[in-house]
Amino acid sequence: MPEPTTATTTATATAATTGTGANATTGATIELENLTKRYPGSSDPAVDSVNMEINAGELVVFVGPSGCGKSTTLKMINRLIEPTGGRIRIGGEDVTDMDPVKLRRKIGYAIQASGLFPHMTVAQNIALVPRMVGWPKARINARVEEMLDLVGLDPGEFHGRYPRQLSGGQQQRVGVARALAADPPVLLMDEPFGAVDPITRDHLQDELIRLQHELHKTIVFVTHDFDEAIKLGDRIAVLREQSHIAQFDTPEAILTNPADDFVSGFVGAGAALKRLNLSRVRDVEITDYPTVTVDDPLQEIFNKLRSSGTNEILLLDRRGRPYKWLRRGDLMRAKGSLARAGTLVHDTVTRDATLRDALEAVLIDNAGRVVVTGRRGEYTGVVDMETLMNSVHELLEADRLDAIEHQHELEETRAAQTHHAQEGVDGAAGAGGEAKA
Amino acid sequence: MSFWEYLSSRHQQLLADAYQHASAVFQCMVVATVIGVVVGVATYRSEWGGNLATTTTATLLTIPSLAMIGLLIPIVGLGVPPTVIALTLYGLLPIVRNSIVGLRGVDPSLVDAATGIGMSRLARLLRVELPLAWPPILTGIRVSTQMLMGIAAIAAYASGPGLGNEIFRGIASLGSKNALNQVLAGTLGIIVLALLFDAAYVLIGRLTIPRGIRA
Repeated sequence: MPEPTTATTTATATAATTGTGANATTGATIELENLTKRYPGSSDPAVDSVNMEINAGELVVFVGPSGCGKSTTLKMINRLIEPTGGRIRIGGEDVTDMDPVKLRRKIGYAIQASGLFPHMTVAQNIALVPRMVGWPKARINARVEEMLDLVGLDPGEFHGRYPRQLSGGQQQRVGVARALAADPPVLLMDEPFGAVDPITRDHLQDELIRLQHELHKTIVFVTHDFDEAIKLGDRIAVLREQSHIAQFDTPEAILTNPADDFVSGFVGAGAALKRLNLSRVRDVEITDYPTVTVDDPLQEIFNKLRSSGTNEILLLDRRGRPYKWLRRGDLMRAKGSLARAGTLVHDTVTRDATLRDALEAVLIDNAGRVVVTGRRGEYTGVVDMETLMNSVHELLEADRLDAIEHQHELEETRAAQTHHAQEGVDGAAGAGGEAKA
Repeated sequence: MSFWEYLSSRHQQLLADAYQHASAVFQCMVVATVIGVVVGVATYRSEWGGNLATTTTATLLTIPSLAMIGLLIPIVGLGVPPTVIALTLYGLLPIVRNSIVGLRGVDPSLVDAATGIGMSRLARLLRVELPLAWPPILTGIRVSTQMLMGIAAIAAYASGPGLGNEIFRGIASLGSKNALNQVLAGTLGIIVLALLFDAAYVLIGRLTIPRGIRA
């Protein structure tokens, strides 16, 4: 029976090519041009002429108060809500008049409380879109396993479960897996983590960041939680009522230079502290410290400490991991053995830790410094209060300059828009001006 | 003649009647289910449409069954046709109402999700909305069946099929020695049938309601 064999081989071959890695579809650009939604019976549009360009592979967060139209704007991208004006282009292609059902199959969609269908198993839920676009069965099965794996759920265990047998966080993971199953270039997420507890939300956010590092989709993410926006967004669009863009910039720029009172109100207190979450230890200067290992003879440690000119020396264990801080006094009292001398290194940070974590560690440490370690816990350097302060000041200054520049651009486009809008009422405005004069 | 002697002497006749009774109810239920669900699907989206459908079917149910069959005889004649029409009409209300309630009760965020991942309207209805509304619809079908079991007895008035004949024969010959036995046999037969159908529905529910939404 040659036929089934061939079928299986081709199927596995296709499955392999769509597998993790090179061939997966990466993001497409999204352009919104004068996108408007006007509901019948209300004088003001719900969404008023949104212009936005989202780069391929970028994660853009729409953030704003409830009722500002951020969700409506998102839903116009996959035309769950039909725009009443303007154009939408995805990957350069105008999709404003395309068959919405076909369009949506090319756009992943994840919503609050997962939106999983309770009467279908996890596997059936994930397989929905691939089935609709007509993938062969073997490829779908392989893809379901792959997606579960991708979102960190054991395929064997979760495959046949029903949504109600999962925790909120697990449901949300499956929701993301379903949205990504057919490998769409664009992913829309409408407050996906709004209904889970804070700890789970934190995990899910980390997972999303990791996923995005692997997949490079274009993601539009809606939230009302500014901290979530800062954590996830490559760029953040702060929206006010009618989806007017108050500021559209990197999180760094928004934190250091909010465009107006509305944005700074939204940023909330502690912007500088929040900014520290956005930079990693690897972004700042790491100073080198004199080190010795536990195998070094005592005399050599003495010599090194004296020649270094510092008051302290770091003792590393046999694998190069930080072990103890030794002061001059400790060595005096050591009497030939280091077993009891010095203070143990309690806290270390990795190069990937945020500056906020580093600051926390520095503040707790009685000498105001923290050891930075590499991937296997080996010593790579030290960060202390002074370097941290200097680096942060430099970062903030750079952010501020960037933000001012972006602000100018935004103001220019806005001025052009306002001008455009006022052209119709030119006469009235002129009359008003004359009266004043 | 005691009741048991009556049963054993007439069991062939009784079984034939019971079979006809069950078959009439079953067939009318199939028709009523199809019509009821279609009406439900057609009307659940609009406020007044759904209300109209519910009110109409509810009004139908208030017509006394004897009167309904009596009114149908001049139009469609005696026998099976008035029985089928009357039973189907009576069976509609619980199904229509539960279909509408069930379909309207589907979580709007799931409908949104279904549309959002690219399901067409038909796919959404068949793969998400109807399966989720199925448990209440099945309950409606069950209630309808119980009701039709009793109403079907009236069909004998129009010389229709079923265990009603037994009851009517008994009532007609009240005072004769078998009158009570006949009424009793007919009534008990209907109760037994109703219980059997109900058991069947429990089984159908087990088989057709997915584990994920079973209560």
